[in-house]
Amino acid sequence: MTTQLFGAPVRRREDPRLLTGGGRYLDDLGAGALAAAFVRSPHAHARILDIDVTGALDVDGLVAVYTYEDLPGRVAEPLPLLIPHPALTHGRTQYALARDEVNHVGEPVVMVVARDRYLAEDACERIRVEYEPLPVVVGIEAARRADDLVHPDVPGNVAAHLVQEVGDVEAALEGAPHTLTLDLSVERSASMPLEGKGVLARWDAEQGELRLFSSTQTSTGVRAAVAAKLDLPLAKVECIAPDVGGGFGVKINHPWPEEVLVPWAARLLDREVKWVEDRREHFISSAHERGQLHRVRVGFDDDGRLLALDVRFWHDNGAYTPYGIIVPIITSTQLLGPYKPAAYRCEFWSLYTNTVLVTPYRGAGRPQGCFAMERTMDAIADRLGVDRAEVRSRNFILPSEMPYDQGLLFQDGRPLKYDSGDFPATLARLKAMVAWDDFGDYRRQAEAEGRRVGMGIGCYVEGTGVGPYEGGHIQVETSGRVNVSTGLTSQGQGHQTVFAQVVAHELGVPLEDVFVTTGDTRRMPYAVGTFASRAAVMSGNALALAARALRAKALRIAAEALEVATEDLEIVEGVVRVKGAPGTSMSLGTVSVMSNPLRYAFDEAAKAATQFAGANDPDRAPVADDDEPGLEGRDFYSPTQATFANGMHAAVVETDPVTAEIRILRYCVVHDCGTMINPMIVEGQVHGGVAQGVGGALYERMVYDESGQLLNASFMDFLMPYASEVPYIETDHLETPSPLNPLGIKGAGEAGCIPVSAVIASAIEDAEGFPITSMPISPVELWELRRRHEAGDLPSLARSTTSAGSAAYPSTLEAP
Amino acid sequence: MSEPMVEQLLDVTVTVNGRPRHARVPARRLLSDFLRHDVGLTGTHVGCEHGVCGACTVLVDGAPMRSCLMFAVTAQAYAVTTVEGLGSMDGLGPVQQAFLECHGLQCGFCTPGFLTTVTAFLCDNPDPTEGQAREAISGNLCRCTGYQNIVRSVLRAAELRAEAT
Repeated sequence: MTTQLFGAPVRRREDPRLLTGGGRYLDDLGAGALAAAFVRSPHAHARILDIDVTGALDVDGLVAVYTYEDLPGRVAEPLPLLIPHPALTHGRTQYALARDEVNHVGEPVVMVVARDRYLAEDACERIRVEYEPLPVVVGIEAARRADDLVHPDVPGNVAAHLVQEVGDVEAALEGAPHTLTLDLSVERSASMPLEGKGVLARWDAEQGELRLFSSTQTSTGVRAAVAAKLDLPLAKVECIAPDVGGGFGVKINHPWPEEVLVPWAARLLDREVKWVEDRREHFISSAHERGQLHRVRVGFDDDGRLLALDVRFWHDNGAYTPYGIIVPIITSTQLLGPYKPAAYRCEFWSLYTNTVLVTPYRGAGRPQGCFAMERTMDAIADRLGVDRAEVRSRNFILPSEMPYDQGLLFQDGRPLKYDSGDFPATLARLKAMVAWDDFGDYRRQAEAEGRRVGMGIGCYVEGTGVGPYEGGHIQVETSGRVNVSTGLTSQGQGHQTVFAQVVAHELGVPLEDVFVTTGDTRRMPYAVGTFASRAAVMSGNALALAARALRAKALRIAAEALEVATEDLEIVEGVVRVKGAPGTSMSLGTVSVMSNPLRYAFDEAAKAATQFAGANDPDRAPVADDDEPGLEGRDFYSPTQATFANGMHAAVVETDPVTAEIRILRYCVVHDCGTMINPMIVEGQVHGGVAQGVGGALYERMVYDESGQLLNASFMDFLMPYASEVPYIETDHLETPSPLNPLGIKGAGEAGCIPVSAVIASAIEDAEGFPITSMPISPVELWELRRRHEAGDLPSLARSTTSAGSAAYPSTLEAP
Repeated sequence: MSEPMVEQLLDVTVTVNGRPRHARVPARRLLSDFLRHDVGLTGTHVGCEHGVCGACTVLVDGAPMRSCLMFAVTAQAYAVTTVEGLGSMDGLGPVQQAFLECHGLQCGFCTPGFLTTVTAFLCDNPDPTEGQAREAISGNLCRCTGYQNIVRSVLRAAELRAEAT
């Protein structure tokens, strides 16, 4: 029944196509297009002295070679700074092709267009660029020291500096009975979708129109950017996101240099041009994230309640800041999780380094904030000798306190105000699932077998579904086919299924009749994009509203034709019928015919509708002033603020006493994203998020050497988890509906990855008995920590020692 | 300017999904590019071009191989099966059906490599344990699913194969 579609684990409608090779990803399009390839900087920081392309001219099949000097007008200007912020006093963006200077390895310097990619790369190899190397800034410590500058006009390498404070933190720290200082760090990782970026551009010279395909998370954004850069009317540019092989954040930044250059070249050459990013390019010229250093100072009472929390952190934003300071703003606000410190101050510095730029990667700054907060919670518990879950629960915001305003400004510039959530209930479920209170028995048993085990916990709150808006458009054809369009894009989230579920449910039509299009500016020109766990919240609600508008219109038309009141009608399985008298009915297809006074009998539905043709009133216009032809509904959803999902994870790990190998024995998730449209898909999102979190906790890092070379820029060396590294994930769901939107939903896309590093660190610390303050952690690093611990350089946790003097974290406040 | 560098082209014929497919390509043409761009079977995807991710896995005489690590000319002596050869929209093969039922895919980019890998695995081990199923897919990268539903898909595919015989 259609009424059961919403909330059901409906199988995905996109899958038969994707399972049989019918997917259409970027590189599956444009057969015969010319191929672009790029000469990229081998230096992290250098001045370009000369570019000699003569060697490339011998390559058969070469079509064009472009350097910065060839770029006209706005193509030659720096790429846009998408999200300015008053605190971002020194925002810098790159040129589409480097002008005079390169600031990271991988920055594009020369563009080559040739008959195919092999030949384009042949040509690239033959181009000689002469560089004068400049001093290189790699790593947050070097950026802070600022002995050298990434951009000579940015003092101290500081792109942005921002402070938010609620209450008087210094006074609260001074008055607190207990204080601790923690120094924490999280290394770089990256979204690393299996499909890299890619762009295909077709210039239609006859029409003066550009059709652009991009493996992007925002087709409307790319469209507007390219129209502006190429000085084309928006009406002459369309952008379509085809099937996209994963995004995880990296494809929301736009326009990438290639998104400007490929369409520019296509128009100039009047040929179809395509660029498909290879894996090495993705490592060295797409975006990374995560790298931050934190200093936390915390004051608390005898029960472990947070009296003062002072967080200072240093964020590595790479060479440029096209996406503003969204990531550190999210870190600084979402760090608070489900807790309510009496006073909070967060101060961050966003710093330039000569490395790949930093834009959001799934979680978008939250994993680092969660790590800082949850490491602090564990440290408080250890200091007081209180159960770690208990300390957390003592600081929870309670359901009765919702909505809860944290007093900060969130990433969207609006108050950080939690809409709902039941944190005590979430924790209770998690403790039951992982058998929290029985772990001591398990540990003793394991110890008797010579095994070392530990349990960890982590809690988070995630702002999801940020605005400003998304739109939905629904049209019923005379055949009864329901065409649904929303402008945001899809990268594997099952939008063709979940949005069809929403519309089928709201409209009362079979799921099979609903066909969803996403990310196509021809179908929905107003849209924002898929990021910030916002698609279900934003487009789901927009489509629900559009469906309700369409339903009202369908009922009005049918009521008139059937000569009944609209209240007496219902729509079931695509048929409008009189309640209690289902024989009196007409299909939605027939209603669609009737909605259009131009009624050629092209099909059976049009013929059938003629029987309902009313009296031809000469005093009435065929389409009334307040009406439109067609059975369509369109609406936008624009919330006043974000919704706030939450969750808590726990893990049991085993660390090898000899080799320091780390194995996750159990991984438990309790997750609350409000009302679920499709629990199967939500669960899949959680699994994938946890897997990325495990990668970030134990395996993934970007290994830059001191000269700014990324040493592990391949899947051989960057250790993305295989099935052998990801544990079985146990999940449970709470559904605390959001009061903010018609469907009661909150986002789920990013949640899984947020607390994983915090949870694994907590578990390893519990197993080892000394503090874990830096993630990811490899067996080699754990082994080294053990050695330092045994040498007395690394103190024990209080709960692992009888000596109260050997505190793991300094109890005096250390100045940052 | 010196003589233009012109590549020698070779007549290459590879049996793909039971049909001989021909193209004139240079010796360095990768089998993955031959399948995708010369034959037009774009279901085989390229995720890393260095043989690690497994997205481009095809069956070569029934054995899973990385088509990005093989030249088209080398493949001439063999029968190649791609994802398009495992079933159709109207008639999904058992492995495809299992992935559909178990939500074994999200973005779908890595999926063809998993489908071919699992197809070959189940020929060798028609009734695997969960551990064996996980081991069987542990040479393929997926960034979306966390693998859990892929493991379930392998086990379900084994059931479907058993039911079909």
